[in-house]
Amino acid sequence: MTEMFRDKIDVSLTVNGEPVEARVPAGQHMIDFLRLELGLTGAHVSCEHGVCGACTIRVDGDAVRGCLMLAAQADGAEVWTVEGLTDTNAISDLQDAFVARNALQCGFCTPGMLVAAEELLSKGDVPSRAEIREHLSGNYCRCTGYEAIIDAVESVAQGRAGKGKT
Amino acid sequence: MTIPFSNPDRPNSYIGKTVPRPNAAKLVQGRGRYVDDIVLPRMLHVAFSRSPVAHAKIGEIDLDEAKAVKGVLRVFTGKDLTEVCTPWVAVLAHLKGLKSPPEHALAVDRACWVGEPVVAVVATTRAAAEEAASVVMVDYEDLPVVTETMTALDKDTPVIHPELGDNLAFRRLHEEGDVDAAFESAHKVVSASFRTARHTGVTLEPRSILVDWNPAEGQMTAYHATQAPHMMQTVLAKHLDIPESRVRVICGDVGGSYGIKVHVYPDEVATAAIAKVMGRPVKFIADRLESYTTDIHARDHEIEARIAVDADGKILAMDVDDWTGIGPYSVYPRTSAIEGNQVVNLCGGPYDFANYRAQTTVVFQNKTPTCQYRAVGHPIAVAITEGLVDMAAAAIGMDPVEIRRRNMYADDAYPVTSPAKMKFEGLSHHASMDKLIEMMDYDSLRADQAEARKQGKYRGIGIASFIELTNPSPFMYGIGGARISAQDGCTVRMDPDGSVVALSGVTEQGQGTEAMLSQVVAEGVGVKPSNVRVITGDTQVTPYGGGTWASRGAGIGGEAALQAARALRDSILEVAAAMLQAEASKLDIRDGQVVDADTGEERMPLEELGRIVYFRGDTLPKDLPRELVQTRHFITMEYPFAFTNGVQASYLEVDTDTGVVTLLKHWCVEDCGRVINPQLVDEQIRGGIVQGLGGALYEEIHYDEDGQLLNGSMADYLVPMAAEMPDMQVAHVETPTKESELGAKGAGEAGTAGAPAAVMNAINDALRPLGAQVTEMPFTPERILRALGKIDD
Ligand code: FES
Ligand code: FES
Repeated sequence: MTEMFRDKIDVSLTVNGEPVEARVPAGQHMIDFLRLELGLTGAHVSCEHGVCGACTIRVDGDAVRGCLMLAAQADGAEVWTVEGLTDTNAISDLQDAFVARNALQCGFCTPGMLVAAEELLSKGDVPSRAEIREHLSGNYCRCTGYEAIIDAVESVAQGRAGKGKT
Repeated sequence: MTIPFSNPDRPNSYIGKTVPRPNAAKLVQGRGRYVDDIVLPRMLHVAFSRSPVAHAKIGEIDLDEAKAVKGVLRVFTGKDLTEVCTPWVAVLAHLKGLKSPPEHALAVDRACWVGEPVVAVVATTRAAAEEAASVVMVDYEDLPVVTETMTALDKDTPVIHPELGDNLAFRRLHEEGDVDAAFESAHKVVSASFRTARHTGVTLEPRSILVDWNPAEGQMTAYHATQAPHMMQTVLAKHLDIPESRVRVICGDVGGSYGIKVHVYPDEVATAAIAKVMGRPVKFIADRLESYTTDIHARDHEIEARIAVDADGKILAMDVDDWTGIGPYSVYPRTSAIEGNQVVNLCGGPYDFANYRAQTTVVFQNKTPTCQYRAVGHPIAVAITEGLVDMAAAAIGMDPVEIRRRNMYADDAYPVTSPAKMKFEGLSHHASMDKLIEMMDYDSLRADQAEARKQGKYRGIGIASFIELTNPSPFMYGIGGARISAQDGCTVRMDPDGSVVALSGVTEQGQGTEAMLSQVVAEGVGVKPSNVRVITGDTQVTPYGGGTWASRGAGIGGEAALQAARALRDSILEVAAAMLQAEASKLDIRDGQVVDADTGEERMPLEELGRIVYFRGDTLPKDLPRELVQTRHFITMEYPFAFTNGVQASYLEVDTDTGVVTLLKHWCVEDCGRVINPQLVDEQIRGGIVQGLGGALYEEIHYDEDGQLLNGSMADYLVPMAAEMPDMQVAHVETPTKESELGAKGAGEAGTAGAPAAVMNAINDALRPLGAQVTEMPFTPERILRALGKIDD
């Protein structure tokens, strides 16, 4: 670790709607900051390489890899993790659909998968199965074979569109 | 009383229904508790300096720079740990001739593969431990490296472990009938070479362990992402010199296992040893590169095989010569000879034929050790068998479905013993094939294929029948001397509020064990599944058991749970009978109420019974047994394994210009006996299929000739992602095993067993008009273009 990475940087951000002020090591990844400093262990660490999607969180409205972003970059950001999205009922239909369809087995990919899926669903139209597959193609799941996840996301898209009409 | 499974409207009919998983809601809310989520007071982190070379003598070790890193508390070499941790030798008595040298928690004199742990660094943060590990200086004096399997036994190949005499770990030849005569007189003989690539499991959660040693109590607690907590308890106790009763292994949420997390890993044992030395909790979480270089590998096989058929397509003989390289050590305690042994046991599995020869040769090499990974040996045996059967069909101009129908054991032939000497209690190859053909609409698919070909598109249909070994008895490990339990247990109790708690020795890895147990117990006692709390994965709390491997959770753990639940029901009814002055046999429990068995009239809620037993026991007759808790264990006795069967089909398109394979659809019909939870079984099958598809199309660990692993990241070792995977249609035939009341066999590995062969056959079906054939997995664009003669350098 070079001196630069030992430097501490002050950040002020909101996480799950709550203000957070912290002094973070310049080299600390966002996902480590959330997990180690804030105890938000919902999002996971797996490849630390930006490939698997286990660490996916929402930053300023976008699904972002928590292992590719430094905590120091989050100054002023609005960050949401699965914990906050759960507490605010923002994705409860999606969570219910994952449970009903058994779209998770070990659950390690699930928090990241939910954030990625919600990014697609929040665009408002009903995506095709191929579009859902494409959008989730950065989120690795070794357990499910993906089909149940696609089914769950598709059913929520249809459900939300149905509600929009009435 | 037996359960009338054929009546879906029976009371408490939860077995056979899709009920929700009790642990799913917490996981979607991010409230799971995986090992890396656990933080203990005074916890330290360990990181490892690993061998950068495949084979070397370990010279001078310079730790000064590492010790100077801020936060580092202590550094351990292999020699340091030999004082607190004994080495292990992974052999089993029933695998005759299997040999392997002693293996240490940290390499002592010699490193034998790239990634072998050599020095352990302990620090207050993981970042500091990793930084310090990277500046540990070790003098590695290069030794000759063995990487090739097929030349490992050649005279001029260096011997990795000179004390063992040669590089042969294990060899087994099985011969049945007169193979040579059958080949000589056959109408047609087809031969082929097959290759299955070195894979690893790529669990999303890396290997993880957190060990706490409490010297005041003389107790070790290991929070471990493992499939076999009791096995780990025994191993840690034995090698760290602690009484078994003073080791507690807790296995909470686990982020995927697939066989990766059922083995003993040197770095994990080192973590426990270090925790014992330091008297503080120590955590080890593998990073992704460590996962690739140190999680067990599997499936690295090279095979020459041939099949003989008569003019009617009847199989006369099979001859298989299988070779596999397992790295420098057999993996403890299950050994690395099982996979090759399975290939010998499983080839030709679905077919009724007489003459069979198979040999497996298992050699040492300087690569990551290999061991049991989901569907151990099955994808290899199924690829060999089904590949040959398709080639034979093509050679005599027969439809691939027809040749299978002519050879599969008749559905009423059981029990039978196969030429590999496997005993089958009851299988359903023909019923499964019929169902598959109907489900996929085989004839119209053939028509679609012909239509596509007219438009210059090369589509193929591939079929793969298979058998799968589940519910193992002690014949798998116990008879060889390993303390790995084939038996499993369940304790079921009723608490004062009428709710039920079930403690089971099998573990949850995401497949739905806890849901399965909740519904079995709910039906057995007579309560709602939501009124059953399931506890697994804690050696101090649950009955002793084997854990979760070889597709045994439902078949063995489920039966123990059912028997314990039925016994608890009897205990409850005995008390109820005394309270209600009725005959126990005239009472039943339904939905948490004691009722009249005949009329269903409610007599007493269980919470009232609980109130009386626990708080007003004085009102019950003095000699009335009032234990509302029962434990039962179950072990399979009549058959060494409960075999299941199934058949898969793949429909795909090969782009003959780019070599790219597009999967269009996949089907699977399988028979795992009684289906306890249809949704969970189907999703096991789907997940398993995709794991098999990864092996067929993408997954391959590459080494160079110096034994350097070349693709140790998820960007370089490709795994199946959502965009490329097909939708899969799954159906079942149910042939319950008669060994248990529940009748369940395993379902977790069937998908992986059959998928690669189905894809191989589909690709070859597509390419056959072009005279091309592939048999080396994964079927990359390059290999397909080579087969087509479009690349030839
Ligand atoms: S851990 Fe961030 S993408 Fe894998
Ligand atoms: S549910 Fe296990 S990795 Fe997706």
